[in-house]
Amino acid sequence: MNELSDKESVGELIQYIVIRLGEEQFGIDIRFVDNIVRMQQITRVPKVQHYIKGVINIRGDIVPVMSLRLIMDMKADEITGKTRIIIVKMSGGSLVGFIVDQVAHVLTLDSNNVENVRRGDDRRHGEFLSGVGKYEGGLVSILDLNTLELESLESRDKERDKQLLSVAE
Amino acid sequence: MDVGQYLGVFLDESKEHLQGLNDNIMTLEQDPTNEDCINEIFRAAHSLKGMAGTMGFKRMQELTHHMEDVFSDVRAGQLKVNGDMIDQLFKCLDALEGYVTLISDTQDEGTDEHQDIIDALNAIRTGKPAEAAPASDNAAAAEPAAQEQAAAEGGDSPWKSIKIDDPTRASLDEAKSEGKHIYGATVNIQESCILKAARAFLVFKGLEEIGEVVVSVPSTQDIEDEKFDLSFSMIISTEESKEKVEEVINHVSEIDSVDCGVFDISGASAEKAEEKEEEKAPALENEAPASAPAPATPAANAAAHEGAEKAAAPGGKKPAGKPAIARTVRVDIDKLDVLMNLVSELIIAKNSLISAATSEKSDGGSVNEQIEYLESVTTNLHESVMKVRMVPIDSVTQKFPRMIRDLNRSLGKPMELTMTGEDTEMDRTVVDEIGDPLMHLLRNSADHGIEPPAERVANGKPETGQIFLHAFQDGNNVVIEVGDDGRGIDVEAVKRKGIERGVITPEQGEAMSEKAIIGLLFNAGFSTAKTVSEISGRGVGLDVVKSKVESLNGEVDVRTKLGEGSTWIIRLPVTMAIIQALMVKVGGETYAIPLDSIQIIEDVAPSEIKLVQNKEVINLRGSVTPLIRLSKSLEVQSTQPEDANMVVVIVKKGEQQAGLVIDEMIGQLEIVIKPLGKLSNKCKFISGATILGDGEIALILDTNALV
Repeated sequence: MNELSDKESVGELIQYIVIRLGEEQFGIDIRFVDNIVRMQQITRVPKVQHYIKGVINIRGDIVPVMSLRLIMDMKADEITGKTRIIIVKMSGGSLVGFIVDQVAHVLTLDSNNVENVRRGDDRRHGEFLSGVGKYEGGLVSILDLNTLELESLESRDKERDKQLLSVAE
Repeated sequence: MDVGQYLGVFLDESKEHLQGLNDNIMTLEQDPTNEDCINEIFRAAHSLKGMAGTMGFKRMQELTHHMEDVFSDVRAGQLKVNGDMIDQLFKCLDALEGYVTLISDTQDEGTDEHQDIIDALNAIRTGKPAEAAPASDNAAAAEPAAQEQAAAEGGDSPWKSIKIDDPTRASLDEAKSEGKHIYGATVNIQESCILKAARAFLVFKGLEEIGEVVVSVPSTQDIEDEKFDLSFSMIISTEESKEKVEEVINHVSEIDSVDCGVFDISGASAEKAEEKEEEKAPALENEAPASAPAPATPAANAAAHEGAEKAAAPGGKKPAGKPAIARTVRVDIDKLDVLMNLVSELIIAKNSLISAATSEKSDGGSVNEQIEYLESVTTNLHESVMKVRMVPIDSVTQKFPRMIRDLNRSLGKPMELTMTGEDTEMDRTVVDEIGDPLMHLLRNSADHGIEPPAERVANGKPETGQIFLHAFQDGNNVVIEVGDDGRGIDVEAVKRKGIERGVITPEQGEAMSEKAIIGLLFNAGFSTAKTVSEISGRGVGLDVVKSKVESLNGEVDVRTKLGEGSTWIIRLPVTMAIIQALMVKVGGETYAIPLDSIQIIEDVAPSEIKLVQNKEVINLRGSVTPLIRLSKSLEVQSTQPEDANMVVVIVKKGEQQAGLVIDEMIGQLEIVIKPLGKLSNKCKFISGATILGDGEIALILDTNALV
């Protein structure tokens, strides 16, 4: 199903998996999605950040699973029948799973219809977005997977700790 | 032709040939008249040239070509091997290695033509005795040309240039006088033929039935040993007609073509006879007359050339006549990893069978039998796969003799390297990584360890310094000792230096043990060499060695005695991806503890726990053993009541031991270690994970980090 009606100004067509966290919709570039699995038993790993829920077994590989809600400082996940783990291939080829409330649909967007988000954008969750896509059904925030790498999350945590410390002083 | 896919094979084989050249030239340096060695060098150089040409690396081909020319003269006895020549040859090899490295990095040979080396090589050749010059010049010029020609024309009737000696000629004359026909024939075997020697044998057998094979090129022995490429030539005396001979040969299957004609005895023996035979084949007689004593007939050359081309193709045969040094199988590491994964799956399957058997007691007998069978299969599979990954360390050590020889020259210290245990095997990945650390240590020994000859003599030592490398397996470890009989480590000098550099304070220096002071050497930026030389002494050696070895889960140690030398000891695990582990439960979660770190399992009553410095300890047969409550370390709630007896797993870390308090013991299991990937350095207690029979994950505890 092509959701593009305007064929005159066709840019690069990219497909996104649209996921839901509460009322919000996020798009993940389908080229980086390895797999989508149902919620399953996650083996807890001790002494790691609260948003790292543990590890799961994907075809014999040990894959860390993170809660997208907790990363974005939203309320903790409520596991329902619709909860899914999206397995994403990060840069460097390693797999990481993200827990989401629901996988809504697949959306094809023309790159002309995606508005870039700049660094320091004060939009909600702006730090994790690469752009905002417009389509008939509304707006979808496109996730910037680089910001969801463990390393970048860690440096974000450190920044925050520093700010908290300075506030406390 | 797209040769990109052959690049890997080309690089591997080039390195092999270069190593072979290095080794043989070293041998030649000691024994300049070793003919086998010269022949071997020639073959390797020739193959290398062919391969480089096929891959389109013209500069590399050109340089190899000039090197080959020198060997060709040496082989023909027109050049004597001398020190200067050896030096030039080594320079040339280094340049070739440079090409190979560049190609492996950039897939391009670069633009350096090494004209200076080519000139030097040419100078060596032109500098030979005057009387031999004209003839050899012809030969040298003719030979490569002939190879090209032969290759270009696909090997045209090389039988015409078969050379015969006097007795052979006499017997041929005799046969002729008896009314027999003398034919020459060149047989080309189809490229796809697998059993070349067998086909050749059938040809010979057929011909023996109608006549006699007087001479063959290569020799019958070489043909039997399959030391030829796709064609061989011979001279036959027979009463039958030429057509009959062709028919006999063509009768053998997988023969591509036969080129047969009347062989002119007098023509072949005379140097420059015009060919009187049939119109076939342009004259090739001038091809290699001067290099008569050498077996380099055009046929052999063409074969070698073709061989070289084939060598660049995957599954291609070894170049013609190359003796079997080491029959190696190159396996892509990725493929091995797949194999490893399969084995893991198999083990997982086995484990699930076990859990099925324990849960359904109904038909336990047959299931148990299956499990036992599966167990033996998986164990064997595991062993063989691990063996495939194991390679002898000589792939890294074989370049050391050359290095020490070069250091010998550049440092002006006579040194001798002895190596033992080069056949010790380790995991491929470890072997690949260990080369640099070993090289650093050897250079260190050569540069800092061995004293100048005068000093050695003054100290009553033999003038020639001894450097050694011993490798051997010790239980689950491989130990590599590198050392020398030089001056040893001056602990006082190290201490002074440490204080000078601000690494330690003078007070610390006084309090430090000798061992701790020597340990300072492994600090980054610590070098005691008074002068910085190009060999070592930039202070980047030992810390690199240490970190590299530690990254391979090994350790470095040093034994030294002032004035008598020092020995560096590297201890590396023979890597194991599958281990035996004790499965335990803590707070409802399953964990694996590697069995080799466990000493004993104890049942401890809460009353036996004592407090020492506010820490829980137990008295275990006289030794005070600290207790570690895993539930606390792992941040879970223990499922055991406070007053119940505790299961304590006693683990050791070096000399220390400690007791890990667990909730429940599940049992022993063979587990496959899977990396935790990005999480691995987030939690230091966890060294990896494994997948259990039911697909669940259990984390593997790193007892060293816990203790």
